[in-house]
Amino acid sequence: MSSYHLDHLQYLETESIHIMREVAAEFERPTLLFSGGKDSICLLRLAEKAFRPSDIPMPFLNVDTGHHFPELNEFRDRRAAELGGKLIVRTVEGAIASGIAVPTPGEVSRNRLQIPTLLAAMEEFQFDCAIGGARRDEEKARAKERFFSFRDAFGQWDPKNQRPEIWNLYNARVNPGEHMRVFPLSNWTETDIWEYIKQERLEVPSIYFSHRRKAVRRSGQWLPVTEILPPKEKEDVRDLIVRVRTIGDIISTGLVESPANTVDDIIAEIAAARVTERGSRADDKASEAAMEDRKKQGYF
Amino acid sequence: MHPIEILRFNTCGSVDDGKSTLIGRLLYDSKNLMEDQIEALERSADITGGGQINLANLTDGLRAEREQGITIDVAYRYFATPRRKFIVADTPGHVQYTRNMVTGASTANLSVVLVDARQGVIEQTRRHSYLAALLGIPHVVFAVNKMDLVDWKEERFLEIRDAIEGFLPKLGVLKDVKFIPISALNGDNVVEASPHSPWYQGPALLGHLETVHIASDWDLTTFRMPVQWVNRPNNPKDHSLHDFRGFSGQISRGLVQVGWQVMVLPAGIKTTVKQIWTYDGLVAEAFAPQSVTLCLEHDIDVSRGDMIVDLENLPGMSSELRAHVCWMNQRPLQRGKKYFLKHTSQTVQAVITSLDSRTNIQTFEPEPEPSELTINGIGEIHLRTSKPLIYDSYATNRLTGSFILIEQGTNQTVGAGMLFPPKEPVRPEYQDFAI
Repeated sequence: MSSYHLDHLQYLETESIHIMREVAAEFERPTLLFSGGKDSICLLRLAEKAFRPSDIPMPFLNVDTGHHFPELNEFRDRRAAELGGKLIVRTVEGAIASGIAVPTPGEVSRNRLQIPTLLAAMEEFQFDCAIGGARRDEEKARAKERFFSFRDAFGQWDPKNQRPEIWNLYNARVNPGEHMRVFPLSNWTETDIWEYIKQERLEVPSIYFSHRRKAVRRSGQWLPVTEILPPKEKEDVRDLIVRVRTIGDIISTGLVESPANTVDDIIAEIAAARVTERGSRADDKASEAAMEDRKKQGYF
Repeated sequence: MHPIEILRFNTCGSVDDGKSTLIGRLLYDSKNLMEDQIEALERSADITGGGQINLANLTDGLRAEREQGITIDVAYRYFATPRRKFIVADTPGHVQYTRNMVTGASTANLSVVLVDARQGVIEQTRRHSYLAALLGIPHVVFAVNKMDLVDWKEERFLEIRDAIEGFLPKLGVLKDVKFIPISALNGDNVVEASPHSPWYQGPALLGHLETVHIASDWDLTTFRMPVQWVNRPNNPKDHSLHDFRGFSGQISRGLVQVGWQVMVLPAGIKTTVKQIWTYDGLVAEAFAPQSVTLCLEHDIDVSRGDMIVDLENLPGMSSELRAHVCWMNQRPLQRGKKYFLKHTSQTVQAVITSLDSRTNIQTFEPEPEPSELTINGIGEIHLRTSKPLIYDSYATNRLTGSFILIEQGTNQTVGAGMLFPPKEPVRPEYQDFAI
């Protein structure tokens, strides 16, 4: 075998760097969606690889639902500062206060309300492109995403009318008011992400590793005990050794009982896993087409 | 432990040939399916399938597809075995969705063309074979599916193989072709060898995918790097970077080393590679498809859309071009209309000056002077660009020989083009700039 050959992580990395640079070159005002989660941590490293020794030529944007894990926000702020990047945070709270996002009576989840909050932030800063960390292996509707995914003036995705994407030639043209979502990690799997985190020695928020937490049993999963949705009297509450596999809002993120303390432990755990990553996300289970419906409206 | 390679393949065939079922079977039998995915399949089987698990539901991700039982867009799937990782593009076979096959196949190392053993070679089989050849896919597998429905008769398999081998020579460039008899529904010869086909000595499909030799698909000669982005740090804290000026891009072919002479086109200026900069440090050499940043010896004006090439085998440079084009939009190709044309890292304006022929899918013969080219049609065109392109023929370089056409106003991607060989290599004016 010749040495002029890329292994799988090198192949995925060069593809993602190429996409990052296309975004920087083709758009006037791009932004990078950074939540502090494992996928967006990889995105930031890929941005460093694409643009150093220059600064990363775009600000970071996060929609804070108000239901984030505190560990995640702490990490998000610290990491953005380390990279010398500008971090813009827009909150669902703020969008509700200004009337942009309107909760339905009794609606506790902030999942749906993220959509108008994000779209308002895109409009406020006139962003014409948002780079996101979504991967095609996460979910069936995402498996049909393009790298460059066009959104109309209402922020909507039209899955039946996507631009064909051929070779590595990405059509980045949008008219004023429209925008593009770009997903450089489209071809990465959950395993690739953790192998990359290991290879690049990337720090991740502590909640990905095993820790002790009070958990409540709901809809067949262990969820964190929170003040937002405190346990009712008859609910089963326990002290467990857990970690999170994928991070959503604190009220809907399933906890996995796990002793995994290191990135190597996590890689081994995923290799042996018998359920998918999003199997622990209550928001995806609402119906067979739950993700598709949210994406059409402008979800990430 | 040896490094794990990625193999990208696509599946194509006509409606109901069992493409989605085949991918479902590959995932299921290679134990790449998870319990919650199997549960979701069982849930939908209870609702719509009369209790029968439908493996196609794994890839048919959109609601309309599940309801109509067809795949309407390219779906990507990922699975791994201890030997390789796979990226699969499930491309629809429905006649009006041929553009999706071009999309899925354009990045593939290998195509799996499904043939229904009962129907044999139909128009779609010919079309998909033709497209695989036109797109320059290095490896093709014809999977003759539903062998269980023809009682695993060897004669039927051979009959189909002979029919395909009969028209393949007309396609010209297909080098590595395999035929495998399978039943995707029952899993025969997909992951495990089937007891029903003792007459078949070859590998099961997965075994072939794991071992087909792809290392030589990237060529190390004839260096090409389109410049994507000029890297100039703004007020760097590190003083050594004050004069840093790098040219970032993904190498589309070949190899480059520090100290080598290169030429920057279209300026035609010769210079030397001073540094190859990467985030992980300086390197002495880089090769396709790595993404790097090159620093050059001379302070010359280089911008996005320029190409850095080696001095041997110079590319062509012209604004008068000839190409095959696959049309992808409901509005037919229009002569004389201005389109945007994206080629490597630059976008120019282009006018199609003539539609010379349209390919007949039955005969693979070009039909001269057709009245129009509509969606899913393939034709030969001449076009003129507002600025010369620096290019190679598609047959020698998929990345510097391809372009897309974008309709002005709607910004739809309407065509995919594959360039013919340049008439002559570029003859730069300033050959002796560098001493």
